[in-house]
Amino acid sequence: MSAVTATDRNAKATAGATEREPVLEIRDLSIVYSGDVKAVDHVDLSLAPGETVGLAGESGSGKSTLALGMCRLLRPPAVITSGSVIYRGSRVAAGGVELLTQSSKELRKLRWREISIVFQSAMNALNPVLRIRDQLGDVLDAHLNLSSEERHQRLEYLVDIVGIPRDRLRSYPHELSGGMRQRVMIAMALAVDPEVVVMDEPTTALDVVVQREILAQIVELQNELHFGILFITHDLSLLLEIADRIAVMYAGKLVEVGNAEQIHNQPAHPYTQGLLASFPSVHGARKELAGIPGTPPDLSALPPGCPFVPRCRFATDDCRGVDMNIRPVAGSEANHFTACPFVTFESSKSTTGEAPAAVAATSRRRT
Amino acid sequence: MRFIARRLGFYVIAGWFALTLNFLIPRALPGNAVESMMAKYPNLPPSAIAVLDKDFGVTCHAHLVDGLRQLSCSNGGQGSLLQQYFVYLGHMLHLNFGLSVDFYPTTVASTLHTTLPWTLGLVGTATILSFIIGTGLGILAGWRRGGRFDQAMPGFSFLQAMPYFFLAELLLLLLANTWHLFPASGGSTLGTTAGFNWPFINSVLDHSVLPAFTIIITSMAGWMLQMRNVMITTIGEDYVLAAQAKGLSTRRIMFTYAARNAILPNIAGFALAIGFVVAGAIVMEIVFSYPGVGYQVLAAVTSDDIPTMQGIFLAISFAVLLACLLADVVYVIADPRTRTRAAY
Amino acid sequence: MTPAMAEAADLVLVRAGRRGFVRNMPTKAKVGVGVLLLFVLLAIFGPLLATQNPSAATSIVENSRNIALAPTLHHLFGTDTFGRDVLSEWLFSLRGTVVLGLLTATIASILTVGVGVTAGFLGGIADEGLGLVMNIFIVLPALPLLIIVLTFLPNSGVVTIALVLALLGWSWGARVIRAQTLTLRGRDFVAAARENGERTWRLVVFEVLPNEVSLIAANFVGTFLYAVLTSVALAFLGVTPISTWTLGTMLYWAQNANAYIVGYWWMYVPPGIAVALLGTSLVLINFGLDELGNPRLRGSVGRKMLGGGRARGGAWRPTDATPVEILEPSA
Repeated sequence: MSAVTATDRNAKATAGATEREPVLEIRDLSIVYSGDVKAVDHVDLSLAPGETVGLAGESGSGKSTLALGMCRLLRPPAVITSGSVIYRGSRVAAGGVELLTQSSKELRKLRWREISIVFQSAMNALNPVLRIRDQLGDVLDAHLNLSSEERHQRLEYLVDIVGIPRDRLRSYPHELSGGMRQRVMIAMALAVDPEVVVMDEPTTALDVVVQREILAQIVELQNELHFGILFITHDLSLLLEIADRIAVMYAGKLVEVGNAEQIHNQPAHPYTQGLLASFPSVHGARKELAGIPGTPPDLSALPPGCPFVPRCRFATDDCRGVDMNIRPVAGSEANHFTACPFVTFESSKSTTGEAPAAVAATSRRRT
Repeated sequence: MRFIARRLGFYVIAGWFALTLNFLIPRALPGNAVESMMAKYPNLPPSAIAVLDKDFGVTCHAHLVDGLRQLSCSNGGQGSLLQQYFVYLGHMLHLNFGLSVDFYPTTVASTLHTTLPWTLGLVGTATILSFIIGTGLGILAGWRRGGRFDQAMPGFSFLQAMPYFFLAELLLLLLANTWHLFPASGGSTLGTTAGFNWPFINSVLDHSVLPAFTIIITSMAGWMLQMRNVMITTIGEDYVLAAQAKGLSTRRIMFTYAARNAILPNIAGFALAIGFVVAGAIVMEIVFSYPGVGYQVLAAVTSDDIPTMQGIFLAISFAVLLACLLADVVYVIADPRTRTRAAY
Repeated sequence: MTPAMAEAADLVLVRAGRRGFVRNMPTKAKVGVGVLLLFVLLAIFGPLLATQNPSAATSIVENSRNIALAPTLHHLFGTDTFGRDVLSEWLFSLRGTVVLGLLTATIASILTVGVGVTAGFLGGIADEGLGLVMNIFIVLPALPLLIIVLTFLPNSGVVTIALVLALLGWSWGARVIRAQTLTLRGRDFVAAARENGERTWRLVVFEVLPNEVSLIAANFVGTFLYAVLTSVALAFLGVTPISTWTLGTMLYWAQNANAYIVGYWWMYVPPGIAVALLGTSLVLINFGLDELGNPRLRGSVGRKMLGGGRARGGAWRPTDATPVEILEPSA
């Protein structure tokens, strides 16, 4: 296994940033719980201005930990043990700000104004005893210096852009429907004009119809206001629709990074292939849903090498010696990375929505 | 509002239940209450005995005839149990609690009239103060995990477990008898006349410091521990994390997001706590010889003055129900979710 | 941990394995249990060590020589104003109080679980009715009522007192059990068991009750505490018969003898401390049970950090940022 060089890492870090510098650059981030549980293991991720990056993975994969940890919102016993998180928004000093070295006070100024979060369950994330206008308003008061007239106008603007009637400003969270509450969360996230919005499963708790509406709303708002989105979900099919680039995590490690077409047409990790095979396509012949056999791993007792080995149908003995740094996919474009060294694509032509047989080329059956 | 109406209905039922219980106990339990009182007070005039008979539903008295115990019963005149019940309820509505045996012929109502204000004033104020202080400290203790307050928690639990009067006796010993900082007993200094004059008010305040202090210290621990636990749970809620993510000031997060929600179970738990407050107050008054209802209870127990005991029970019950109702009103104001839901 | 972090943290930590029940019990609870066991042992064997039986008729002449002595070698806790050995009184009183507490807690727990589970399980009108009864008993002040009832029963033994205490103290626990039963009833595993045709009583005993054990235990401990404190208060008032020796009885005699004013501290300090310690042990046990049931309350001081050391500067506020401890430099 070739060691990943610094050049590789640099290339990887700026992958997908095209011409501009990434507004958010996470390098080699590791987060540990209670000393031996590696929830996030040396992850690199970057977000270009206005880009939508999807973070996919199952429960326990570390994606929420990553998102909250990079903003330093995690609580003990979580500790960040390596890496850097550099934010390069247009309002901060040139060269960017290293979030991991900021004090609580400095972080407080950056929070929400630069990076905001839409939480999964709006019912839980909204303060039950405050009216909507107070919850939207206190973040305005904390970060902006508005006159009361401007403040009022801003509140009305915020509920307008997410499609909530203005009289709902006087309501309490429990008086709103689920969909409306999630819209409030989005309005709140956009309240002070952030450059990055982290969305942690924003539509998972909603029914399908409302899901569609909310997602459409999010896309529309992004086109208008040009903020970047880090979209976290277990639903890969969703990301294929709305994300520019997708990163797949398993057991705290990145296993694949690529843009939506690459992930869909040339999934370069057995886990990604498994995820793709887990949801049915509306077109084409009926096929049996494969799913991924086995259960998610115990993060305190990970085997050496690739953590996916117990569930991977292509696993070999060599897999135990894999170092999990991601590397460019052989046979694919330069900005497509995978952690599985055995994947090669014979050609760059896409196959029909079936799980590609590309991996068979250089693997040997496990003895 | 429906919430309050429902609670009010409950309190009315509870009050009725207390009245009924009060009515039934002398009749349900073994022993002839009137006879034991007659034994203690041989000089009770027959008219008093007749009243007591009515109050307790006693129809038979034992006499010694030729060395043998015989019962002579008066028939009629009392009516059936149900009739007695309605007579009793009528008395209650007129606040006629009967005659005090110990201080015959004073009515129980008038003795209560002198003692109740002392108790309500002292215990009421001290309870509110201990709630505020305890809750406030609980907020601080729950906010800083592992901080000094948090580590002192087991120490506070010791305070909570101590019998109230033990602490009272200690304080009495130290502050009153040894160091003579505060008066050792009584509600006001002898020689002052009651009324809105400064010497009287001053002496009242002087005499109430130690008792109030005792109440505050012992009941404060309970509020503090409960608030701390709820605070810790509340801080684990998503909306507090969201508040932190929003970059709000510490003060706003601690008070408007965390404490404002954490205090709700405490207010709801007020009713449960009142029972202990009452018990503590009674005992504390005895230790400090404070002229309130608690002290009256001791006198009543010593002299088996059951009508007074009953009057005190009813008075305390209604005071407690009123306090609970007030707590409910505060709860409705504090938790907007109760205003739309019918049930709580 | 917030629900938003549950996905990452709780699942991860739960999967990391349950690390043992006893090892997880917080220190506070262990101390509480230890002290309580000590008291139980004293309650069982203590009176055997006593030199006198305070309830027995003793020689007045003999005692009159020993009135109100401060602690000596012969009388480790001194004597009271009747010349009786205070240590003996103390040992017998401990037994009395512990027995009373246990008895009350047992009776009350039976009532609490019975009524609470029934109310929670049956629902509907039965639940409303029982709920009403529960609330009434919670709200009515127990002590004045106890005073009246016990005045009518002047020669009551320990069992009677325990019964009366239990009848007035069962309700607050029943409310909690009822709430928990309601929640459990709505859960899937109960519906599944029902679908399987499991009979109701089996459902209750084998599916519902095991999930409420910590609540029942906490309730038992709490009632024990209530019984101890209330019985002490009642004895102090002189309501309970002085023939039964409890710690409150000792305090009653102390108050009677004006021990506080005259300075016979050995008459009231031992029983007072005993009550305080017994009570504290119960409160600590309840702390532990609280933390078992609600993991968020655990571990307020010192967390296991990397390399096994303790966290620096233990205190943590919710507004603190995630700590960063870079171990090795990144490439």
